[in-house]
Amino acid sequence: MKMNPILEIKNLHAKIGDKEIIKGLNLTVYPGEVHAIMGPNGTGKSTLAYIIAGKDGYEVTQGDILFNGKSILDMSPEERALEGIFLGFQYPVEIPGVSMTNFMKAAIDAQRKYQGLDPVKPGEFLKMYREKQALVNMPDKIKNRSVNEGFSGGEKKRNEIFQMAMLNPKLAILDETDSGLDIDALRSVAEGVNKLRNKDNAFIIITHYQRLLDYIVPDIVHIMYDGKIVKTGDKELAKELEAKGYDTLVKS
Amino acid sequence: MTTKEEHQDKVLKEVTEQEYKYGFQTNIEMDMFPKGLNEEIVRKISEIRNEPDWVLEFRLKAFHAWQKMEKPQWAHLQIPEIDFQDLIYYAKPKPKKKLNSLDDVDPEILEVYEKLGIPLEEQKALAGVAVDAVFDSVSVKTTFQKELKERGIIFCPISEAVRDYPGLVKEYLGSVVPYSDNYYAALNSAVFTDGSFVYIPKGVKSPMELSSYFRINSAGTGQFERTLIIVEEGGYVSYLEGCTAPQRDENQLHAAVVELIAKKDAEIKYSTVQNWYPGDKEGKGGIFNFVTKRGICKGNHSKISWTQVETGSAITWKYPSTILKGDNAIAEFYSVAVTNNYQQADTGTKMIHIGKNTKSTIISKGISAGYSQNSYRGLVDIKRSAVNSRNYSVCDSLLMGNKCGAHTFPYIDIENHTSVVEHEATTSNISEEQLFYLQQRGLDEESAINMIVNGYAKEVLNQLPMEFAVEAQKLLEISLEGSVG
Repeated sequence: MKMNPILEIKNLHAKIGDKEIIKGLNLTVYPGEVHAIMGPNGTGKSTLAYIIAGKDGYEVTQGDILFNGKSILDMSPEERALEGIFLGFQYPVEIPGVSMTNFMKAAIDAQRKYQGLDPVKPGEFLKMYREKQALVNMPDKIKNRSVNEGFSGGEKKRNEIFQMAMLNPKLAILDETDSGLDIDALRSVAEGVNKLRNKDNAFIIITHYQRLLDYIVPDIVHIMYDGKIVKTGDKELAKELEAKGYDTLVKS
Repeated sequence: MTTKEEHQDKVLKEVTEQEYKYGFQTNIEMDMFPKGLNEEIVRKISEIRNEPDWVLEFRLKAFHAWQKMEKPQWAHLQIPEIDFQDLIYYAKPKPKKKLNSLDDVDPEILEVYEKLGIPLEEQKALAGVAVDAVFDSVSVKTTFQKELKERGIIFCPISEAVRDYPGLVKEYLGSVVPYSDNYYAALNSAVFTDGSFVYIPKGVKSPMELSSYFRINSAGTGQFERTLIIVEEGGYVSYLEGCTAPQRDENQLHAAVVELIAKKDAEIKYSTVQNWYPGDKEGKGGIFNFVTKRGICKGNHSKISWTQVETGSAITWKYPSTILKGDNAIAEFYSVAVTNNYQQADTGTKMIHIGKNTKSTIISKGISAGYSQNSYRGLVDIKRSAVNSRNYSVCDSLLMGNKCGAHTFPYIDIENHTSVVEHEATTSNISEEQLFYLQQRGLDEESAINMIVNGYAKEVLNQLPMEFAVEAQKLLEISLEGSVG
């Protein structure tokens, strides 16, 4: 028996202002799968991530996005998050004066409320916090700092994976989580993801380079170009891409 | 119109439809004077309060000075014409019987406090907070007197202080804010009705926070509080002032005067949460708040710290200031000023350095939403004698939406070369990126904004005593509900 897809994107067209960025994109993701989306700068990879997460400023002109069989186009960003969509940001924003623990407690409680549960007990919360920190090798001192404020590039990215671990989403989209990371940071980010992989959740990894895919082995690799997925294959496709470059592969 | 503008308009509409949550009136009998102000009224105010002659003289001198004075026009405020002859200058709630215990307090008055969420009973129980409850002009109830008395601390309505401690009041009343200081201070000096008096003897640290809740409750009356705090050598006090006012249609004038005196090694911490009625969504009604607050660090190594969270009033004109007279004196000013709808605020501080090695810090955080105007105005004045003095100022403005305004007017006057003055100012919008980030983690827009705003104001909120900080945080949320940038 074939499982139902977690995510189904059907003939998606979207624009910012008058400029069409996504031009008829199709993508189906099943539970347990890790998809990689590769492609050159400016092809709409990040835009796609934002549209799935519901960011303001993009207009979907055609097509649909189904999450667990339901269209999410009319849902607010927080509703989508609460339904189980997580976006790991390429450039995590700083929120001065808001401590990591306060922020995470509020996020966890929002999720629990959505599920009809009482707020998490402080002791329980801190225990979970420590466990997940360990999972992504986050230094403990960071929990008293303001969200992303004064974090190094690597800490910011690790922090995204940490938040993902805390919120345990059904679908995680990681937008260039590997960019600007040294090899150690890359490894701990990848380890975090691998530990969280299971048969019920799914990942979409957006990246330029095949480097991250040495550590997180994808089931399916897509090449995105000019607002569309132009090629789909297995992990070998990423290697081929690395060897031949986008131009050759896309035009062949 | 773009989607974003439509959204902002929708949000602004939501904000403006939000009613003042503490808007209610009680029906307590009032003792009132006729409208208007003349020498006769000033004499009557003094007479009804059985004041000694020297107080009447002070009032009359102030009144005559006031008659010759002009209203200050320099603030970035549009102030409607106020008819000072159309105001009532004295109102007193009629107690139904003499008050011996809390049970004797007018139940309606108690109910008002309950509606505010700060019933006296709870206040009493709250971690050592003594409350001098001012209902309109006359103090109704003073708690914790005994415990304070044992330490020689005086905490009472100023009317009582005039009667019981005339020497102290006579020496210090008008010594920091002279009756001729400015138009509104002169008016206050002529007609002040009540307020708090605090005296901390030498070497005594107040064991609890002293707190006074003010409230205007009589249509058409002005409120002219007068607060005087004196801390002798080595003493310490933390004083809390907070207020909410009921909704009404007429504009109301509030012109308070606060004077602080810190002797050698003394410290005064003065915290305010101000939530006077800000007016309705069209900008109609609301309190006009013209306040003169000033402290003097009289002795060496003394310290005065002002913390204010300003969310209310239609117009706020307020500059809690410190004169750093003693050597090595320290002064601080922490402020969060929120304006929404058609509110206008022109607030800041003056730091006047006279003593050597004096140090002042100014942290001002403005938040503007709706159609409001929010200005920071501050003076750092370093006199020739103030060698090696320092000032550090940070003035941040946060804008929500594109129909409000934020302004910064820093004045710096330095008369010697050994001093260091630093000034930083930023203006920012609540960014879409921050909002989206929090929403992506499951927080709704409202909670996301509250979180960002509270984070922004944290440096100031942290200065407030615990219970006050919680209330202040709640106020920020109420004041900004529905506003998005």
